[in-house]
Parts: sequence; structure tokens; C-alpha cells
Amino acid sequence: MDTATLSRPLRKPSSFHRAKRRIVRGLQIFALLLVLVYTLFPYYWAFVSSTKQGAALYHSALVPALDFTYYRQLIDNPIFMGSLLNSAYVAVCTTFLSLVIGVSAAYALGRIEFPQRRAVLMIVLMISIFPQVVVLSGMFELINWFGLFNRPSALILTYLLSTVPFTTWILTTFIREFPRELEEAAIIDGCSHFRILTKILLPLMGPSLASTGILAFILAWNEFLFALTFTLTDENRTVPVAIGLIAGTSRYEYPFGQIMAASVTVTLPLIAVVLVFQRRIVAGLTAGAVKG
Amino acid sequence: MSAKLARRDHRAAWLFLLPVLVVILLVAVWPLARTFYFAFTDAYLDDPSVYSIVWFDNFIEVLNDRSWWVAVRNTLVFTVISVAIETGLGLAIALLLNAAIPGRGLARAAILVPWAIPVVVATKMWEWMLNDQFGVINKILSGLGLVDHGIAWTASSSLIMGVVIFVDVWMTTPFMVLLILAGLQLISPEIFEAADVDGIPAWKRFWSITLPMLRPAIGVAVLFRVLDALRMFDLAYVLAASNENVMTVSIYARDRLISFQELGVGSAASTWVFLLVALVAIIIIGVLRLDRAAGT
Amino acid sequence: MASVSLHAVSKSFGTHAVIQGVELQIDDGEFVVFVGPSGCGKSTLLRIVAGLVAPSSGIVAIGGDDVTDVPASRRGVAFVFQSYALYPHMSVARNIGFALETLGMARDAVSQKVLGVARMLKVDHLMDRRPRELSGGQRQRVAIGRALVRQPEIFLFDEPLSNLDSDLRMEMRLEIARLHTELKTTMIYVTHDQSEAMTLADRIVVLNQGRVEQVGTPQQLYHAPDNRFVAGFIGSPRMNFLNVSSRQEGEVAVLTGAGNLSLALTTGDAQSGIAEIGIRPEALRLVAEGEGRIACILERVEDLGHEHFGYCRISDGTVWVIRLPQAPLPDRIGKPAGLDFAGSAVYAFAADGRRVAVGAGHVAEGPQP
Ligand SMILES: Nc1ncnc2c1ncn2[C@@H]1O[C@H](COP(=O)(O)OP(=O)(O)OP(=O)(O)O)[C@@H](O)[C@H]1O
Ligand SMILES: [Mg+2]
Repeated sequence: MDTATLSRPLRKPSSFHRAKRRIVRGLQIFALLLVLVYTLFPYYWAFVSSTKQGAALYHSALVPALDFTYYRQLIDNPIFMGSLLNSAYVAVCTTFLSLVIGVSAAYALGRIEFPQRRAVLMIVLMISIFPQVVVLSGMFELINWFGLFNRPSALILTYLLSTVPFTTWILTTFIREFPRELEEAAIIDGCSHFRILTKILLPLMGPSLASTGILAFILAWNEFLFALTFTLTDENRTVPVAIGLIAGTSRYEYPFGQIMAASVTVTLPLIAVVLVFQRRIVAGLTAGAVKG
Repeated sequence: MSAKLARRDHRAAWLFLLPVLVVILLVAVWPLARTFYFAFTDAYLDDPSVYSIVWFDNFIEVLNDRSWWVAVRNTLVFTVISVAIETGLGLAIALLLNAAIPGRGLARAAILVPWAIPVVVATKMWEWMLNDQFGVINKILSGLGLVDHGIAWTASSSLIMGVVIFVDVWMTTPFMVLLILAGLQLISPEIFEAADVDGIPAWKRFWSITLPMLRPAIGVAVLFRVLDALRMFDLAYVLAASNENVMTVSIYARDRLISFQELGVGSAASTWVFLLVALVAIIIIGVLRLDRAAGT
Repeated sequence: MASVSLHAVSKSFGTHAVIQGVELQIDDGEFVVFVGPSGCGKSTLLRIVAGLVAPSSGIVAIGGDDVTDVPASRRGVAFVFQSYALYPHMSVARNIGFALETLGMARDAVSQKVLGVARMLKVDHLMDRRPRELSGGQRQRVAIGRALVRQPEIFLFDEPLSNLDSDLRMEMRLEIARLHTELKTTMIYVTHDQSEAMTLADRIVVLNQGRVEQVGTPQQLYHAPDNRFVAGFIGSPRMNFLNVSSRQEGEVAVLTGAGNLSLALTTGDAQSGIAEIGIRPEALRLVAEGEGRIACILERVEDLGHEHFGYCRISDGTVWVIRLPQAPLPDRIGKPAGLDFAGSAVYAFAADGRRVAVGAGHVAEGPQP
């Protein structure tokens, strides 16, 4: 073998190469299937389990029983529907505010030359990595001052901690991609900075805003620590906390059926969004990381 | 010097930055400062206005608490193992999805599903699948004759850290895959074609071309993931609220703060968490920089 | 009206000095072209005039008023970009009218003006299209239309034609020349293209590393360059140069150099040492070996159909280009030959690059074999 690598490799018959290529292709497809099962089966299984009633739940039949009792129960459950509404309210408001604040900051950071630009960018980046638990005590005080304790609106305020640095960062990289001349043309045409942002850049930023907004929405929809800490009563909870806190009377009566139904319900919109906007999400995720 | 025009621009810049600065001051700088301040007091959460300064007592109390060190160990073990597995698995899946095989578009979309699912939901789904009596995993294992009775994955103190790592890997590998895939797509295919023509074997191509060129992408992804893993809270909390075997530093700090209402000690613990994360961040960024400096 | 003057204008990005002490006076109605090698600061200087870049020091005046601190939109300038910079999300009509819209002009008045300009540039049938639905030439017209509609006192063009193919470039060049004769507005035009510069310009400004090397009419620059840089930059193919050593004998400098050069030039009283000479390709004649003033080897001939260029290697390795009246016989290629030229065609340069004034004066004998 050692000498063979030094001299010119022996030429194998093409049937050998064809067979080899087939085997490699076969292995790749098998691996791909494995990846698909690994990523999708848990969600599928949650759906299967959520449509089984009583003892059937404990049998591991792979096909769904398509009994939607649990879902009906969820719809009739005002607490769960309330938490769904809370989640939607909090996530939508957080997304909207973070986009508005982020676009404004991104314009300054991406488009205007000023001496402290790099410093501000570094601060924004640093805040996006610090652990939420660190601000818990101070945040508690802040929320009490605003009189927002145990209100979903408190969560909007606290979520800005995670979403604003992140939307600012990503939108800055997106805004930098526009040719400088577009803006210079607008300056010559007499536009103020505000008009450049609203009339020239914003109309062109639809896809970037979608990418960033989806990421912010998912972040806000899924948040747990602040939601757990700053809401106390059931009617003010968001869905993740509501699901996290569902408990049975004992370990053996754990209501897995209901939990799976709730899980499927809150995840369905996310999965729909993810599948539809796959490209935009990937664009957003990588804009922040690879180019930054 | 036409500083006048430049000054106008600078003023405009600060105007556009005003909202983000207000937000940062309000929800980041101020709470952080308050946390640091409370860490030096003996305040309690029920009435934070009554307190006295105790200087470093809280910090020392945390360090003398055996649970704190358990939490630190858990956090580090969790971070190192889960990020290592995620990087390896992420790299493998990314390479697979980068190859021209039918169905990779579908797989690229599917891989986003675990990432988008709320941590709480993912935890519940796996808790159910790993249930000792009725879980589908145990059913499959006993069906294959590998075990004779169900394993108590989430109840056993020795296995539960494994479960936490496993679920985290399931949820966050997609993020790795996406970043590495983006890195792969920046490499010009001509480089591989050239290597192909030169007859360089596949494994060598991987070691001496693909991996070095992916280093920046992997570096950034690992940095993000490590910092994220260090502050992990929801997964361990939902799976096993106060099980010491998976208690992370975030859970420890929140417990002291909220459950025990110890504003002072809890803030001190939070401050330690902050320092821990900052230290790790500095080390990793340093290593990445050194790498880059050595490379050029 | 709008003359432009730059006084001691400098610009640095960080420590990198891009424009260094530029003095320039442009008269009202003049067509001035900036040329220079890539990266020499042409675009930066144009942007300083426009107000898009603030100079680090110096004064910019338009129509006699100091506008250094006046924002771009108040300077009465219009800018046509190399990439056109049309707003991708707006129709042609809105692209052209956007400046007027921004001024708050009534919608009817805007559309009337836009239509007038569009007619003039023959894009009135494209009014509802988006920029990406236009051809390169049409985009160019819209970009000019956008500049025109504001009735600026000064037009600034930054390599406006460089993205067009050569036919279209010729057509648009004529169009811009026509606009200038019609409007009589001051125009400043940046280009790489020598033929654009020579045909459009009233005066050309040659820039090099952020400094003005020479300002003059195309004829002045071609026939009387101030220095070696301008001599080498203007003219295509470029001027041939040769390093020489000179010995002063009274009023005559005797030059010697590679290729058995023998040349003597009258320099008058000026005892300036001549370090280099330059001769344009069209002033050279190919002669037989042993004849002419320089010995060389004819290495290669390029036949472009309507003209022929010969490449001649001289003994120090320098390759000279020569324009030939017709293609030489193939058997001369690769063989030694001679080059002849009139003494009056020689440009002489001092060691620092300045041109030394010389007379055609005495000319010594041809090269010794
Ligand atoms: N915003 C900027 N920041 C830093 N350097 C710059 C900036 N703009 C231009 N430069 C530098 O200034 C120098 C001159 O640039 P400029 O664009 O004026 O050259 P140019 O003569 O127009 O070149 P070209 O013919 O290639 O367009 C270049 O070295 C360029 O790198
Ligand atoms: Mg330029």
C-alpha cells in the first residue's frame, strides 16, 4: 500500500468505480433517512400520542388513533387558551418593538460614520451573550416600579433584553449590504436620514425584516425563565410556562396525553412558519454569525 | 475642517441610536448594576427596601455552599459534553446535507424543526418518550431484547445528566448544522474539484481542506453554543426542577433568589454566574484570535 | 451661475491620505474631465465637490460661495453614479421625480417635469417599469434623467458609461456631449477611458495619488505634458520611455543609452540633467538594421486590421511600441532593426520627472553597428 500511493495508482476497472459510487450513494441516503427520523420522529410521536385515549396511550402503536378529545378539551380550557393569547400578544409586541428599535439602530450603525460606532456594536454584542439570570434581581425591581408584576406586558419589557441586541446586530449586517451609492443618490435628491430610511431602505428591507422578525418571534414565543419568574397566576402565563407547570396528582397519573396535545398545538404555528420561511430563517441566522 | 457636516451626521446617528440605548440602559445596564449592588446587601425579596451592606459575605457564602460547586460542575460537564457532541454531529450532518443527494432540501427544512420547538415542549416530548414504563424508547429496546425491563431514564440520578445532554443535542444540533453549512457554502467547489483531479483521498481532503476552511464558521458556532449552554435553565428545570444531579448555575441562582427569596445571596450567585460566563467568553475569544493570528 | 473652485482640499481616511492639497478652478459652463489611475482619488474628489464626502481640510466653493459646510442637497449639484444607483423599488417615473417629490412639489408639476425630461432622453415609453426591467443603456438614461430633472447648476458624472458595451458607450458619449452643448451647464466627469476624456473635455485634470499633476486642454496635455506621469498617462498606446545619461556640451546635451542611442538636444542655458526621454509610438519609424537612432529587435507585430503595432526590444530589455503604416514583411520579425524619429518628437525628463524644455537642435549621427 505504501509504495502504491507513491507511484501512479493502479487504474481499477470502471465497474469497480460504479459499484463504489452506488454504495456511497446508498449509504448517504440511508444516513439522510436516519437524520430525518431523528429530527422528526419525536414530534410525530407527540402527535400520535396526543390522539390516543386511555389505555391506548400506553400501547406503542405507530399510527395515530386520530381521536381529538384532548384537543377539544384544550380549546374548552379557558386557562390554556388564555395563555395562548398571552404568548401571541407578548411575542407579537416584542417582535414589533425589537424590529422598530433594531432598524433605527442598525441604520446608525450600518450607514452613518461616527467615532463610537465600533464601541456601540461591541456593547450590543456583549449584551446579547450575557445570561438572563444575572439581571433577574434588578429586573424584579424594575418591573415593580412600572407596576407590571404578574402582567404579560412585563414580559415584553424583559424580552427586549434578548431580542433587541440580536435584531440590531442582524439588521446592521443586512443594511450594510445595500450599495452605498443608493443612499448617496438619495442624499443628493435632498432626503434626510429619516427619509432615506423610510422611503429608500425600508421598502427594500422586506426580506431582511422577515428573517429577523421570525427569529425574534420564535425567541419570544419560546422564552421560559422570565415568563416563569415574572408571572404568578395561571391567567397571566405564557404557553411554555403553562405546559411546563402541568402536573398530575402523582407520577403515574402524569397527563401525558394532554401535554402532548398542548405541545403539538403551540408548536404547529412555529413549524408552519419554519417550513414556509426556511430560507429567510437561515439567512437571518447566518447573517448574524458568519459575516459578523 | 468641515467638521460641521460630520457633526450633523454624528448627531443624527445618536438620534437613531436613542431607542436602543434607552432599552439597553433600562433592561440591561440598570438591572445588572442593581444585581451587583444587591449582591453586597442582605436584602430579601419580600421587602427589598430594608437592608444593610454586608460587603463580601454573600459571595463567600455562595462559595462555601456545596450545592454551588455541584451546580458549577454540572454546568461545565453539560457544556463541554453537549457542545462537543453537537459540533461533531453538526459537522457530520452538515457534510451530508452539503452532498448532492435527493431529498436534502427536505432535510434542510426538517432540521429546523427541533430548533424551532420551545425547549419546554421538546423536554416534555422526550420525557414522554423516555418514560420508564410507557415510553416508546424502552418499548423499542425491550422489543429488540436489549433490556428486560424499562430503564428509568429520568428518575435515575446517574442517567439524568445524560438525558439532559441528549435532549439538548437534539434541540441545538440544527443550529450547528446551519452555521457549518453556511461555512461550507462559502468554500468554492473548485477547490474540491482541484483536489479531486489531484487524486487526494477523501479523508485527507476532509482533514487538510474542509476542516481548516471551516474553522472560522465552527469557531463562531462553538462560541455561541458554549455561551448559551453555560446559562442553560429551562431544560433542566422542566425535566427535574430541583434535582441536584442536573442543577445548573442559573437554576441555583434563581432558586436562591426566587424560591428562597434571598435577594442578596441570589444576586451574589448571579454575579458569580456573570463572571464565569465572562471568563469563558474571554478565553474562547482569545483562543479564536490566537488561532487566527497563528494562521496568518 | 456655477463655477467651482477647490482651495487646498485634502482628505484622509484614517492615516491614508487620499486627496492632498488640490487647487482647482473650473469655470461656469466648462466640461472638465478627471482622469488618473485606479485608486488615485478621482471619485473621492468628485464626492467632495458633491458634498457626499467632507474634506479633511480646504475650501470648496460653488459660484463663488463657500459651500464646504453646505449639505449635498443644497449645493445645486446632480450626480450620476457608475452603478446608476436607481431606486430598485420605484418606477422609472418615480425615480426621476423623487427629488422633486422630496422638495414637496405638487404632483402635477412633478409629473409634467418628469415627462419632459423623459421625452428628452427617449425613455417616456418606459415610465412604469422598474429599474431591473430596463437594459443597461435605458438605466443609464434614467439615471441621467434623474439628474436632469433637478435642473442642477453642476452635473457630476462618476464613470457613467463604464458598465455599457462599446457601441452604447459611443452613443451615450454623443448624448452627453449634446446635453452639454444644449444646457451649457458646468459638468465634471470622471473616467478611465482616454477617448471619452479627449473627446468630451474642455479641460482635463490628471490626478495621481491624490495630487493634480496637470490641468489643461486635451491638446495641451497631449503635446505639452508637464511631466513624465502625464506624458505616460495621456495617449494610447502610451509613450515609450528610455533611461539615458546626458553630458552637457555647451548648449547641447549629448544623450547616450541602450540600443546604441545617439541623440543630442539643445537645452539652452538650463543645465538640467536629462534622465529619461520619451517618444510617442506614432512618431517612430521602423528602418533597416544599422539605420535610425536606436537599434532594436522587432519582436512581434499586432495586426488590428486598420492599424498595426510593432513591439521592439531594446538592448536594456525595454520594449517600445511603434505604430506602423502597414504590416511589415513576416521575415523581419525576430530580426534586428532600427528606429528613427525626428528630434522634435523627443520629450526629455529630469530625474524627478519634470519635463525639460529642449530644442530639436543638433542631432548626432545614427547608431554605430
Ligand atoms: N470610505 C472610504 N474609506 C477608506 N478608504 C477609502 C474610502 N473611499 C475611498 N477610499 C480609498 O481612497 C482611495 C481613492 O479612492 P477613489 O474611489 O477616490 O479612487 P478612484 O480614483 O475613483 O478609483 P477608481 O478609478 O478605481 O474608481 C482608494 O485607495 C480607496 O481605497
Ligand atoms: Mg472611482
